Amino acid sequence: MSGYLRFENVTRRFGSFTAVDRVSLEIEKGETFSLLGPSGCGKTTLLRMAAGFDMPDEGRIFLDGMDITQLPPDQRPVNTVFQSYALFPHLSIRENIAFGPKLSRRPAKEIRSEIERMLELVDLTAHADKKPAQLSGGQKQRVAIARALVNKPKVLLLDEPLAALDLKLRQRLLIELDAIHDEVGITFIYVTHDQSEAMSISDRIAVMNKGSVEQIGKPAEIYEAPRTSFVAAFIGDTNFLDGKITDRIDSRFSRCAIEGLGEIIIDNDKPTSVGDRIHLSLRPEKILISGDKPNLPENGNLIQGVIEDIIYFGASTRYWVRCGDWRLCAEMQHRTYQLDQSPLKWGDAVHLHWHANDGYLLEKYREEDESLLTLPDEE
Amino acid sequence: MKIRKPEILATIPSFLWLALFVFIPVAIIFTIAFKPALAAGGIGEGWSLDALKSLNDPVYPRLLLRTISISLITTALCIAIALPVAWHLAKLSPKWRSRILILIIIPFWTNFVIRVFAWQQILHAEGAIASALRSLGIIGETDRLLGNSVAVIIVSVYTYLPFAILPIFAAAEKFDFNLLDAARDLGAKPFRAFHSVFIPGIRQGLITAILIVFIPMLGSYVIPDMVGGTDNQMIGNKIAQRNFNDRNLPQAAALSGALTLLVLVPMFLRRKERNS
Repeated sequence: MSGYLRFENVTRRFGSFTAVDRVSLEIEKGETFSLLGPSGCGKTTLLRMAAGFDMPDEGRIFLDGMDITQLPPDQRPVNTVFQSYALFPHLSIRENIAFGPKLSRRPAKEIRSEIERMLELVDLTAHADKKPAQLSGGQKQRVAIARALVNKPKVLLLDEPLAALDLKLRQRLLIELDAIHDEVGITFIYVTHDQSEAMSISDRIAVMNKGSVEQIGKPAEIYEAPRTSFVAAFIGDTNFLDGKITDRIDSRFSRCAIEGLGEIIIDNDKPTSVGDRIHLSLRPEKILISGDKPNLPENGNLIQGVIEDIIYFGASTRYWVRCGDWRLCAEMQHRTYQLDQSPLKWGDAVHLHWHANDGYLLEKYREEDESLLTLPDEE
Repeated sequence: MKIRKPEILATIPSFLWLALFVFIPVAIIFTIAFKPALAAGGIGEGWSLDALKSLNDPVYPRLLLRTISISLITTALCIAIALPVAWHLAKLSPKWRSRILILIIIPFWTNFVIRVFAWQQILHAEGAIASALRSLGIIGETDRLLGNSVAVIIVSVYTYLPFAILPIFAAAEKFDFNLLDAARDLGAKPFRAFHSVFIPGIRQGLITAILIVFIPMLGSYVIPDMVGGTDNQMIGNKIAQRNFNDRNLPQAAALSGALTLLVLVPMFLRRKERNS
């Protein structure tokens, strides 16, 4: 077993509710690892158990080879950045940052220089003597990070650290956080429900749902090769298609009948044989939409439909297209969009096409995950 | 800051109330302290420093010391009990919180004097507690639970405890308990987290609780009168004695005035601290 921070079959129950269900994770030294999932998925409980605020009912937690399962929070070499920041309101920024070092009985001179270094790292030297209430949300966030990092923890735990900030500030702080991570080299565990935050900051992501880990992997793996319908629907958006394999073209491609849509060609990401029921995830941006009939490459799929709904996002536009019994979502980037060009409108007959490679076969499909997709109401 | 007219109008009723029932009576008491006493009781004509000189009575320093120490002990006990109660109360679910709050407040529905009278029965030499302690050999045959300063303190703590709990609870309810997690996370042991984060966090409530117990305790009169002995008088009893028994209103007024000034000192200190 490697893993710098390791969860081994960790379970935590609250009454009859199982918040964390036999979770095993291995987090490598120095990486930024995200726990991503909707509220109630157990990610925060897992983080609180790593911090020592909560104890698992079963299983063990190891840090750097040491069993820390039963250690109280003050004896763990980890520090937390709280969602609410939890800055001490009666202390100045400098005193807040000094709280941990003062308890560690390090020499006063060393503490002082360390604090100044931290204030510089988070660019708050000018505000060091203010009280937390005098700072903006983004500044408080930086104090919370400095207050945790000054203790040189082996692992920094971040509990939805940017959730309370507005979008622009969140994006900026995310970049700052990444820069801080590169500078200090400490292992970060980042809890969030925001998939774009997780994608942009993480080396690896664990996607959690209902107390269990659904998939662990690099951001691109999670996005491009989701194992379950939950992962596919929670990270980004997708179309789910289900059908039966009717014919095997070669080792890579099969033909597949989708009831109410027609026959399509799929990539054999998973071992399949004729007659199998399959579930396919097809990302909206992989589907190309055009008014004229396109030239289809080999192993391309073409479906005709009528536009039912359009949402304009600026950088892209999303179309919901009625195709037989199905409604597919396609997203088009406006790389060369021109205002005078006549755009596609409601009721237009369009061609949808994608390559067999663009879909991804799911290992596990649950119908309830369809509710995670963004679909305008059916009329 | 400029005060607008409607604001002045809005404060007039409360200002009148204060003037009528606080400032004027206090001024009258201070004035009476400088009047001569009549042998038959009542206040004489002209001015006199006799009442003020009577404050020089050698009984008073000891009386003052006893009053202050009983008040301090009562305040300390009230705070010591109220802190954990308020802490747990603030952590309860709202449903249980309101239930327990009602239990704390219910005794107020019974008249104060009747509650003290009940304590007379509870602590009575023939009562269950005294008998039990006697049979266990904790107190002797002739020892009494009533008529001493311990009885005064017990009944005072009982009486003032809710006044200590409520402001501390109000502050604890607003306290962000995440701060304690943060302190523990940064390496503080539970007690350290309590006194360097929780106590400063509820400071206002704590100060209010101390004042709200300590100041009325200084003027305590009914409790020492009913459960304390003649040797355990407090200043309040002396004022009552000067007033009702000796019929010497100027002396009673001088004593009252001195007590008022004594109370104003901590109030003044608190104000100063608040402004800083």
